[in-house]
Amino acid sequence: MDRENIVDYISKLARINVSNEEKKPLESQLSRILEYVNKLKEADVTSVEPLRNLHTNNNVYRQDTVIYPFQQENILNNAPLKEDGYFKTPKVI
Amino acid sequence: MKDNFSLFGYEIAEKIKTAEVTKSEVFSWFKQRVEKLDKPLNSFVSLFDSADISEQKSLFSGLPIAIKDNICIKGKKITCASKILSNHIAAYDATVISRLKTAGLAIIGTTNMDEFAFGSSTENSCYGLTKNPWNINCVAGGSSGGSTAAVAARLVPFALGSDTGGSIRQPASFCGVVGFKPTYGRVSRFGLVAFGSSLDQIGPITTNFIDSANLLNIICGFDPFDSTSVKTIDEDFTDSLIEDCKNIKIGVPKEYFQEGLSPVCREAISAVIETFKAKGAIIVDISLPYTSYAVATYYIVASSEASSNLQRFDGVKYGARCEASTVEDMYSLTRGNNFGSEAKRRIFLGTYSLSSGYYDAYYVRALKVRRLIKNDFDKAFREVDVILTPTAPSTAFRVGEKISDPLSMYLSDVYTISANLAGLPAVSFPCGFDKDNLPIGAQLIGKEFDEKSLIRLGYSYQQNTDFHKKIPKLFGAKV
Repeated sequence: MDRENIVDYISKLARINVSNEEKKPLESQLSRILEYVNKLKEADVTSVEPLRNLHTNNNVYRQDTVIYPFQQENILNNAPLKEDGYFKTPKVI
Repeated sequence: MKDNFSLFGYEIAEKIKTAEVTKSEVFSWFKQRVEKLDKPLNSFVSLFDSADISEQKSLFSGLPIAIKDNICIKGKKITCASKILSNHIAAYDATVISRLKTAGLAIIGTTNMDEFAFGSSTENSCYGLTKNPWNINCVAGGSSGGSTAAVAARLVPFALGSDTGGSIRQPASFCGVVGFKPTYGRVSRFGLVAFGSSLDQIGPITTNFIDSANLLNIICGFDPFDSTSVKTIDEDFTDSLIEDCKNIKIGVPKEYFQEGLSPVCREAISAVIETFKAKGAIIVDISLPYTSYAVATYYIVASSEASSNLQRFDGVKYGARCEASTVEDMYSLTRGNNFGSEAKRRIFLGTYSLSSGYYDAYYVRALKVRRLIKNDFDKAFREVDVILTPTAPSTAFRVGEKISDPLSMYLSDVYTISANLAGLPAVSFPCGFDKDNLPIGAQLIGKEFDEKSLIRLGYSYQQNTDFHKKIPKLFGAKV
């Protein structure tokens, strides 16, 4: 994938609109950063397990009960648009 | 209080205890200092009129503390220095905040940072940059630059920051204060706005190790609200305030002293080694061979986690929203117009690393190299008790110097990143000044859950030096 297409493609995946002025610098910065991180390819990782968890690989379970009383009102007050106790979005379907 | 701003936190606590001053006098005195002196620094985002000072009789009861703007304080604005969260009010207290309140500390305000903690200079903030109290033409470091600048200027005795790749330690080094990143899992992340969830830790920023140990006592501990929080025995970190380094083995990794380290920082670390030797420590040359991969590994892992964590800022639940006729366009415009450029770069890099076709080549490979980096430390810690390095390759750089070159900015975290990748405790403390009177920082990295050795060494060092007592000239006069 060439550089220009990468920015358009990622912009779509990440749901971030990029203006035309932003595009060029973002392309060149990303390609410099990717060039740098490509040094990871030099490391021999044969039979190395990915490190996904630092202390434990066990899932942490709890009882399925509400233990933290968030107040719905406080959460909804931060929403840009709400109606009848719900978040409101543009039409989805 | 008069000109007592040079007092350490524990000394002010003593004055409160002996009723020489009252808690409300202390609060209004520091508040006044922020009001009168913060303008050239821009270290505070908001300053509170009053604090609920409980009747708690804990040692630090009544002492003011500032909080990085990415930690939730119920009923107060929290923005992560981002336009996308402007006017967001925290609906609950982070666990660290509940713990501070229980101990009776007075939360005095919130401090500036790089947007969502993305940065090493506190220049990427929607509130404008924070400047370095030692030279206002230089950056404070980042991303917890507001917290470290405020503590260095003695606008507050201490503060909390967060550290994902060095965001407590690098600005602590640039501002000449003590910045402590505990072991991953020591301090609850509940209520800390997530950046890199496998790397983030909250930690104290202070002027001295006595205050650090006391604050760690307050904020550390298991929390069922954070599933990565670790059950440990409650420790009293002040037990390690011992002036003695006898037979402690300090490893000095050669990879941290190669090309890129400024001569003045190298010399300062050599002097630190001599101080430790004189107090009985044993110095051992060690090697951490995968160090050269740390920055590349970090920027893949941290950006991938960030791109996932920041999906929640979509114009539905929080703050800013750009209206559009479809929900997809609403997301895309809201995020495009309200994330700053560094946030966008990180999200782009992370999204790319996690995308189909690149996932194995970037993200999974980075996780494998992360294990190799951790293995380096496991091996080294079979030989030594702690590791000593410089905190940063240089002293504070000039405002604007690196902002247009993201890669050179990333490389300023080269010595701090590995401790996050391996989940280890690490601390930066002041160990000298360059010819322009800018502070130099030394870093100690410890074994998992061995904060105590870091405290013991740091305390011993400060008992024998006075770099931590120096106050920047602009802030050395009474208000």
